[in-house]
Amino acid sequence: METVCAIELKGITKRFGEVVANDGIDLTLNRGEILSLLGENGSGKTTLMNMLSGIYFPDEGEILVSGEPVSIRSPKDAFANGIGMIHQHYKLVDVFTAAENIALGLEERGRLDIRAVNEKVSAICQRYGFDIDPTQKIYNMSVSQKQTVEIVKVLYRGADILILDEPTAVLTPQETDRLFDVLRNMRADGKAIVIITHKLHEVMALSDKVAVLRKGKYIGAVRTSQTNPQALTDMMVGRSVTLNIDRPRYETPVRRLELKGVTCLDGEGVKRLDNVSFTALGGEILGIAGIAGSGQRELLEAVSGLYPVKEGSITYAPPDGGDMELVGRTPMEIRRSGVVMAFVPEDRLGMGLVGSMGMTGNMMLRSWRKGKSAFVNRKDPNELALKVWKDLEVVVPSTEFPVRRLSGGNVQKVLVGREIATAPSVLMCAYAVRGLDINTSYTIYNLLTEQKMKGAAVIYVGEDLDVLLELCDRILVLCGGQVSGVVDARTATKDQIGLLMTRLGGKEGA
Amino acid sequence: MKEKKTPLVRLAKRDGMEAWKVWCIRACSVVLALLLGALLIAVTGSNPLTAYGTILSGALGKKTAIRQTVKIAVPLLGCALAIAPCFKMRFWNIGAEGQITAGAIAASYFALFWAGRLPGPVLLPVMGLAGAIAGGIWALIPAFFKAKWNTNETLFTLMMNYIVIGLVRWLQGGPWEGRPGSQIIPQFDPSACLPRVLGVHCGWIIVLVLVVFMHVYMRYTKHGYEIAVIGDSVNTARYAGMNVGHIMMRTLFLSGAISGLVGYIIASGANNTLYDGVAGGVGFTSITVAWLSQLNAFAMVGISLLLAVLSKGAETLQTRMSIPASLSDIITGILLFCMLGCEFFINYRLIFRGKSHKEGVRS
Amino acid sequence: MNFITLFIALIIAAITYGTPLLFGTLGEILTEKSGNLNLGVEGIMFMGGAVGLGGVFYYEKAASSPNGVLAVVIGLVCAFIAGAVASLIFSFLTTTLRANQNVTGLALSIFGTGIGQFIGEYMRVREGGYIAIGNMLKGYFQNSPFPAFLQKIPFIGGILFGNSIFFYLALVLAGVMYWYLNRTRSGLYLRSVGESPATADAAGINVTRYQYLATVIGGGVSAIGGMVYITTIAGCVWNHEGLSGVGWLAVALVIFCMWRPLSAIWGSILFGALMILYLRLVIPFVPTQLYKILPYVVTVIVLIVSSMRNNKEKQPPANLGLSYFREDR
Repeated sequence: METVCAIELKGITKRFGEVVANDGIDLTLNRGEILSLLGENGSGKTTLMNMLSGIYFPDEGEILVSGEPVSIRSPKDAFANGIGMIHQHYKLVDVFTAAENIALGLEERGRLDIRAVNEKVSAICQRYGFDIDPTQKIYNMSVSQKQTVEIVKVLYRGADILILDEPTAVLTPQETDRLFDVLRNMRADGKAIVIITHKLHEVMALSDKVAVLRKGKYIGAVRTSQTNPQALTDMMVGRSVTLNIDRPRYETPVRRLELKGVTCLDGEGVKRLDNVSFTALGGEILGIAGIAGSGQRELLEAVSGLYPVKEGSITYAPPDGGDMELVGRTPMEIRRSGVVMAFVPEDRLGMGLVGSMGMTGNMMLRSWRKGKSAFVNRKDPNELALKVWKDLEVVVPSTEFPVRRLSGGNVQKVLVGREIATAPSVLMCAYAVRGLDINTSYTIYNLLTEQKMKGAAVIYVGEDLDVLLELCDRILVLCGGQVSGVVDARTATKDQIGLLMTRLGGKEGA
Repeated sequence: MKEKKTPLVRLAKRDGMEAWKVWCIRACSVVLALLLGALLIAVTGSNPLTAYGTILSGALGKKTAIRQTVKIAVPLLGCALAIAPCFKMRFWNIGAEGQITAGAIAASYFALFWAGRLPGPVLLPVMGLAGAIAGGIWALIPAFFKAKWNTNETLFTLMMNYIVIGLVRWLQGGPWEGRPGSQIIPQFDPSACLPRVLGVHCGWIIVLVLVVFMHVYMRYTKHGYEIAVIGDSVNTARYAGMNVGHIMMRTLFLSGAISGLVGYIIASGANNTLYDGVAGGVGFTSITVAWLSQLNAFAMVGISLLLAVLSKGAETLQTRMSIPASLSDIITGILLFCMLGCEFFINYRLIFRGKSHKEGVRS
Repeated sequence: MNFITLFIALIIAAITYGTPLLFGTLGEILTEKSGNLNLGVEGIMFMGGAVGLGGVFYYEKAASSPNGVLAVVIGLVCAFIAGAVASLIFSFLTTTLRANQNVTGLALSIFGTGIGQFIGEYMRVREGGYIAIGNMLKGYFQNSPFPAFLQKIPFIGGILFGNSIFFYLALVLAGVMYWYLNRTRSGLYLRSVGESPATADAAGINVTRYQYLATVIGGGVSAIGGMVYITTIAGCVWNHEGLSGVGWLAVALVIFCMWRPLSAIWGSILFGALMILYLRLVIPFVPTQLYKILPYVVTVIVLIVSSMRNNKEKQPPANLGLSYFREDR
């Protein structure tokens, strides 16, 4: 008997402007099957699934549900076809109960029989082994409970094709196990499930089939039973590419920044950094590799005093001698006491730049406090703006043109240009080349190397392993908030790092 | 088939419209408001052209009329200047009414009880200073709670208005009452009244100085820069090492102080006494003045004058054509509605079905 | 005994003064539940008062033998329509054109008080002298709808059965609103719009329609409060002095009762009592004029305490005062 696929994608292509996010992707999924969609950040996994859930509409290609071609133009259409997606950012009303959130938007009129909803929710929970109280308010719930509510919401509406976007990113190992049990129950019940992930051990533990995307392209699909982490890593990261980034050696690297046992908790009490220790040297680029959300952002923010450190110490050794403890100081104190750090936040417009101001105004963000005068000095920032404009070839009509209206790449140039201009002794960059074209990326690599040769300790958080391997002197790999290894970038291989990214301390992760 | 689900009109944020187009749209909104006002006047059975003519001549026709108009514009302008920095950092201070009143109370205290003891040249600055401090403190209270516990500032500042106005009622009928039973606070001693310059109390000079001050403060000082950054993104401000709560309180104190100064100008310059209607809605109207001027100090001069002309002209309208003076409030309201609405066409654009969607290409 | 009669009289007066407030507050609660902070209640109540009075006045003039019940209905309908139109302007500007809600609300306040005043004065000028409604009709507005024997029950008779029809209407309305907001799907959807329009939108709820309907109906209800003030307390005469400030007090009461319609009932009676207490109760060393600021003081305290305790339940609707644009996410 021929099985009808739950979902079949044929030649799906999606472009955003010049960028091809998905390039002719074919994919099939059967009922009673769990498919892992594997790929690095920016490989187009979420974009692809958003086309199934009605957020985007494909430019080319065809979607078939149960063998019938369908047109999915809104989340409503997706529901009508039995497709439900659980996004990374939950959409729940805090002051409502779980059941109230689940009942939201159903096209039924009249009296709200909350007891009936509660019962139906409880029935779904029992059937699949969820553990939530329908009468509990969302604000009293943990992240994993909120996720459960989202999943139940989708099931309540009768979805039989579920898509989960990185569902384990916010869960503890125990919660992950529980989620996987539930997903297995659903599989047994005949649902078709896609989970978007980049964690290999989860893929191995849960799925029947793995589809790999790389840079928007479909690399292939394999049955999980017929593959191993090593083979999947190869598919995910691809062959090494030679980039020819100039990498001179600095004569005498010295200790500049030392972290000992740094542990940070987020607002929910989840460990974001777990006992992180390493030393960054002046005259060296220390790369930080890791899957997104492994603690990169928290690490940089903790050093700059923006993220509270629960335990551990961060010691800074200025070039002119004498050690200094950074934990417990405010960002301003850290700067005032002579520690100059440059920081390119991931969220450029929300945190690093003032969207409504021009380049000059944004250059002032670093220098505005200088001097005793009540007036701001606009002359120096303006000169700096002109310099950045020229050096980094920012496309902008004038230095007063609001940066909000610039394209992403140009915004990035403004930010990086400003941060580097402060001549720091510790320079931290997160995703400094995200969204930039090749030439500008090289400009930025050269600027970083220039800083290194001036004796600054450069910490570079990157996504592209090829770049990390060619640019950095050493690479520190984070996994789940812990340091899973530090390798010499000149001798390490991509596979080696890829495995460290998904395993803890060299052994298979939980 | 494909077009079926596309909405007829959809919205997209518009970035950067040419300046002349922006001003065209704003001018159109004013014209539209005047046309609607004309319609209203016509409905009540008067000739709109004559009515508008009367408003103009009533407000600007004679020297005394112009003086009256300026007198109305002065507090509006001063208070709009006070509100500008708050709104720039998205602190919705709608308590200017109360801050004016608080300033007026403090100034009146010195006017009533220190007039004999202090010489005129000392008394007036002391009154001004007291007014500014009182207004500042009145604004500082909600700012403190906003900074500390994120208490909703819109509702808080609104409530503060009525508390302080109630205090004036008590002073009027109690401790500061003039003739027993009159419920009126006595007139100030002449030494406590602002001197006249060109026939209008010299408050207009103070306010014009404030225009320049506020323009410089917002555009060229470190404080102004901090305010602008906070208004754009609190996170960026923190990232740049700004103490947001501290800046919030400082700015609100300044804002309240200017409002308090306006209260002093009204009490000492215009009324020469204190009563519960000392602010008389100025605090609310000036918020719309500030907002419609896009927080630009010089534009506020124009808009506050426009509203003052309407208000003064409508009084003449009542005496000459027996159209109720409240017409000015209605036309002011229509004007505000039109000008508020027109910003939409500056900030957004409508994309009609069938046209190609090219705006997605930004990078 | 004397104290008790005094107390009963005070409660009855408090209810009379609280009833217009209760309408104003219930309307504003409905509006704010949709996330719209309409600060134009003052203007809306002015318009309701003037238009409602005008409607009844011209009905009385036109009809040869005016019917009291019909007059009350006409007053209600006229006031409601006036408030609904005013709120429609507000909704169009804030929901469709995404203008700043604070500023638009204040503009509506200016506009509405202007319209109310204008209509009041215009009628006075045209009809010559004060606009007043005949005593026969007045009774229908001001007297209790219950039979006399019920009102004569000692102690509770006056309090329970001696109030104007509007108080009972407001009670029913508060009950209906409680039921609607907490027991119906539509009410749940409306609250979700005020809490998180993005969530509601993602769930397929038409955010714009809910905001429009809640604001327009809420405005109409608030406007009835203005009409009730004019026809009961002001004695069926246009009196802008008395009406001024009632709208702002209603905004305060919304906060005081924490956006709960049932709490608004006793809140409005309490506020009503504070409004008239200075006439009835003299406490040594406390100036009676200061009683009038008490509603605002307690509101501020409620606001502060609720923000300090950060109790998730007792907060303004999370999206109050902000406009929603889908692509802003």
